[in-house]
Amino acid sequence: MATRKQINWQGWLSFGLVLLFWEIGSRSAPKLQAYVPPMSRVFVALGQLAISGPIVQHLGVTFGRFLEGYLLAAVLGVFLGVVLGYFRSIHSLLSIVIEFLRPMPSVAIIPVAVLMLGIGDSMIVAVTVYASIWPILVNTIDGVRHIESVLIQTGRTFGLQRRQLLRQVILPAASPYIVTGLRIGLSIALILVTTAEMIIGSKGLGFFILDEERAMNSSNVYAGIMVVALLGYALNAIFLLVEVRMMRWHHGLTARGTV
Amino acid sequence: MPILEIQGLSKSYRQAGGETTLAIGSITCQVEAGEFVSFVGPSGCGKTTLLMSIAGLLSPSSGQVLVNGKVVHGPPPNLILLFQEYNKSLFAWRSVLGNVRFGLEARNKRGAEADRKARFLIELVGLKGFETHYPWELSGGMQQRVAIARSLAYEPEVLLMDEPFGSLDALTRLELEDSLLNLRDALKTTILFITHDIEEAIYLSDRIWVLSRRPSQIIDEIKVDFSRPRDQVSTRAERRFMEIRNDIYGKIRN
Repeated sequence: MATRKQINWQGWLSFGLVLLFWEIGSRSAPKLQAYVPPMSRVFVALGQLAISGPIVQHLGVTFGRFLEGYLLAAVLGVFLGVVLGYFRSIHSLLSIVIEFLRPMPSVAIIPVAVLMLGIGDSMIVAVTVYASIWPILVNTIDGVRHIESVLIQTGRTFGLQRRQLLRQVILPAASPYIVTGLRIGLSIALILVTTAEMIIGSKGLGFFILDEERAMNSSNVYAGIMVVALLGYALNAIFLLVEVRMMRWHHGLTARGTV
Repeated sequence: MPILEIQGLSKSYRQAGGETTLAIGSITCQVEAGEFVSFVGPSGCGKTTLLMSIAGLLSPSSGQVLVNGKVVHGPPPNLILLFQEYNKSLFAWRSVLGNVRFGLEARNKRGAEADRKARFLIELVGLKGFETHYPWELSGGMQQRVAIARSLAYEPEVLLMDEPFGSLDALTRLELEDSLLNLRDALKTTILFITHDIEEAIYLSDRIWVLSRRPSQIIDEIKVDFSRPRDQVSTRAERRFMEIRNDIYGKIRN
């Protein structure tokens, strides 16, 4: 159940082998190095960029936009999801709209967002919210709809009013679904921030990667990609850490196969 | 004044085809404070609907329910309905202690005093040592004990129980019946119990109302005057026990 996770030695070993393969491959094909510089050179570039500062600044900008967009999507998505999950009439009113918009690749709305909001931060945040809200919304709706009516009736017989019922019964009961939505939304939010920055930004990691590519500076391009990758990895790891702590009850439950 | 009065309660449902079916005919009865009364009836006779209406979780089509002389609109503050499905009614994200404490929190009781009370109730239902366990780590019988402790933590004057032991195995069931009687002696809670198990009703109750098939109505009232405390072996062995059982069975069958 809640046993501390062992370090995955084999996983790290194969990760190291991939890096090694990259280094050897790149060094043995000098013509390719303009596109795929050796891994060691990328690390050197990364170190220089970190020391001189610009990449840290870009990282900060990207992270800020991500945080703003993702948190907004989380709050809005859970709130709307609870409303739509609880009131079936509102859900059936909006379900077709949701099912139409949700599968649409969200990057397609970037031009519209640029038209409406210009090319500032608010546009990037808006696109991020739009894209990452769907999994949060849909999973929350599902979670609320899957709550056993006996559970709600139990809350009511103990005299819980609507607001208490929401906080004490509905949200915790739907939380396994909500957490799944939040985890999917996290990755999507990061994708959208980076993409939007590539299209319109003058700051941020997405902009940096594209800018260095235009300058034909492939080591820096890969350094930028690495920072994005590390950001995604770190955000996921933090999310999982929090999830394991908060959802311990649920992991035990599902491990036993009763849900 | 009776603690619980049911006056001409009936409930009909509109079905998918638009037809209305009558689940509960017209039920009128009273429960005195401290009594243990059971409804016995065939399955599908609308027993759950009846209890949900009494608990204020469904509104009756006609008639009314009074608790302490007050008409019920919505869940009354001194009454708890305990469901059969303990695995669905317990809060899976709360430990045993957390579940029982919920009953106290619903009364705005928190802090050390509430904690003591919750632990006392857990001990009373025989789950001492399981305070930090989650419900899914417990057997069915233990889970229902948690649900009972949680209900009692709320200190209801009336406890409605909807076939609470219906999905437990026979031995666990006998154990829980005795636990329930002991708890009731200790806490003086009025209990309205529903079951399709005639012998369970006789063993537990002071009075039994026999319900007909749909639309359910009370077809008979039977007083059960075995002395208390009762005993699973000797009480059930009494001749009168079998007589009552056969009497009720005959009435339900017809």
